[in-house]
Amino acid sequence: MSAVFEQIFQVGFLAAIIRIATPLAFATLGEMFSERAGVLNLGIEGIMLLSAMAGFTATSMSGSLWLGVLVAVATGALMGAVHALFTVALGLSQHVCGIGVTLFCSGLAYFLYRPIFGQQSVPPSIKGFQPEPIPLLSHIPILGPAVFNQFTLVYLAIIAVPLAALVLYRTPWGLSVRMVGENPRAADSAGVSVIGTRFQAVILGGALMGLAGAFLTMAQFNAFTFGVVSGRGWVAIALVVFGRWDPWRSAGAALLFAFVDALQLRMQASGLGHIPYEAFLMLPFIFTIVAMAFMSRNAVAPSALLKPFRREER
Amino acid sequence: MFRLEARTSTPAWFNLALPLLAIAATLVLCSGLIAIAGAGVIEAYGVMLSASLGDSYAITETLVRAAPMIFTGLAVAIAFRAKFWNIGAEGQLLAGAVASCFVGAIPMPGYLAMLLMALAGAAAGAAVALVPATLRVKFKVDDVVSSLLLNSVIYYALMALIEGPWKDSFSGYPISPPVEDSANFPVLIEGTRLHLGVVAALIAAPLCWFLIARMTLGFRIRVTGENPEAARYSGINVQRVLISTALLSGALAGLAGVGEVGGVHFQVMSDISPGYGYSGIVVAMLARLNPLGVVPAALFLAAVMTGAEAMSRATGVPAFLSDVIQGTALLAMLVALLFTAYRIRRVAK
Repeated sequence: MSAVFEQIFQVGFLAAIIRIATPLAFATLGEMFSERAGVLNLGIEGIMLLSAMAGFTATSMSGSLWLGVLVAVATGALMGAVHALFTVALGLSQHVCGIGVTLFCSGLAYFLYRPIFGQQSVPPSIKGFQPEPIPLLSHIPILGPAVFNQFTLVYLAIIAVPLAALVLYRTPWGLSVRMVGENPRAADSAGVSVIGTRFQAVILGGALMGLAGAFLTMAQFNAFTFGVVSGRGWVAIALVVFGRWDPWRSAGAALLFAFVDALQLRMQASGLGHIPYEAFLMLPFIFTIVAMAFMSRNAVAPSALLKPFRREER
Repeated sequence: MFRLEARTSTPAWFNLALPLLAIAATLVLCSGLIAIAGAGVIEAYGVMLSASLGDSYAITETLVRAAPMIFTGLAVAIAFRAKFWNIGAEGQLLAGAVASCFVGAIPMPGYLAMLLMALAGAAAGAAVALVPATLRVKFKVDDVVSSLLLNSVIYYALMALIEGPWKDSFSGYPISPPVEDSANFPVLIEGTRLHLGVVAALIAAPLCWFLIARMTLGFRIRVTGENPEAARYSGINVQRVLISTALLSGALAGLAGVGEVGGVHFQVMSDISPGYGYSGIVVAMLARLNPLGVVPAALFLAAVMTGAEAMSRATGVPAFLSDVIQGTALLAMLVALLFTAYRIRRVAK
């Protein structure tokens, strides 16, 4: 009996890790594409929030989950374009623009929520994505129920990682992205449009951040609340550094963070003495800072990161 | 086609005109949102204006709100001058609030309590800021990311405190015990909330200006920020300057928290800061990183915040408009700053 119990416990734990890692994986891949092209996007926290809100709104109005995902992705891409307009086209400070985008997007998300949904005693919720077991694979012991009995968006995240690696390392566009992030002047001489490529990468990044936001309101919480993103965007920025700007390593970093997060959730649930649960919520953030301290020494950022490109300047 | 062309000199009147232009553009852009929320734009802005500047009480309320943003604005302005990207003023503020609340709860004579609260709060803020600075200097960890993540750590630590050891066992509310009455900052005008901390903030700005513009450390901070290579060649210990900047910046942000505990709330709760740390970034940019400009910039944002709440009550437009205004103002100011360095020139294709 206890053996069965223990197994369920483990399966649940594994499944929780995968579920926590999914939005982080999308967000981290999104930030990675942006940074690989040389653009830090600190707007990520706000972009995720606004996309989460937009997707939730679209779904609760239309009843279609996939329309909601589409709206969230489009919102993310649009906000990516806004960030690119300021940082790539105008060459303004990436740090400060990103904070501006975050302030603007999160303010806008909360602002629009009330005219749209009005003031209700019970916050509106939707019937979100349901787990879709994959035939055969979901019967593999432990791994099956944990990995192959998940939301469709989770499978999408699992596919997104090799796809991102393929795009970044094996396509001409990926090569352009890496070039404009490492040596924009050389890329420019080689006939690659630095501005255009950066715009595309930041917009793609925004779309992935939008997907991350969609997962939060449409699969994880099925409602839009204040704390729906709560620092996950900032964590994704750290995970990019931790994952050394590589899709595989970034996904690994997301899984590692999700493991720590799931562990602290377990510790909360086990009710360790009288420790308030907020003490556990700090752990993943502290873990990330410590992990970065170990990893950053030999982490090599794209060399043109944070540097605006203006053709006529030397 | 248009092209950005570097300016050889910047006209002096730009310094005043650009922030005003950015603010005007922001208010025009945000009026669309007021319309979406179903209110009259002129009416809504009218309510905001009268609630924040309309009478003497409104003005004192705006000043009270401006105080923490003057401190966080100075913290960010000084840090950014050295290109120490301190996005962690929010966490440093919270740490300052917690530390000063600890000290303020100990019975002692009022002036001693206030002095020790300020020292403890400044020290706590500085200690928090020291983490990203040390990580950058010793481990090459990006200061933006580490200072951002620390905000979450400090916030949850505060929450754990007020949900745990500090929790009010009588009412069960997640709030800290209040500071001693004697440790409450004196109110300057009877019937208002204008407290001593506001004066401290108004004095801090010219002091910071003097430090940046006239003192050796300020010179080192500026050179380090503008050209670290040149700083190194001229014998400046860049790492030490970064650490000093972080300590100073964190202490200022910590003082923002002290003022909120000593002068406004007299205890610590989860929403003691509605994002004053992030507003500090907006303030610093609107001020063009000039400590003297921080005061009018903070007053503007404080007026927006106080006004937005009144507007929300009167017209039903969500008070989150003030967050949107902050974000838009920040971006508008950045674009405006672009025109101090560049002009737009039409070029024939």
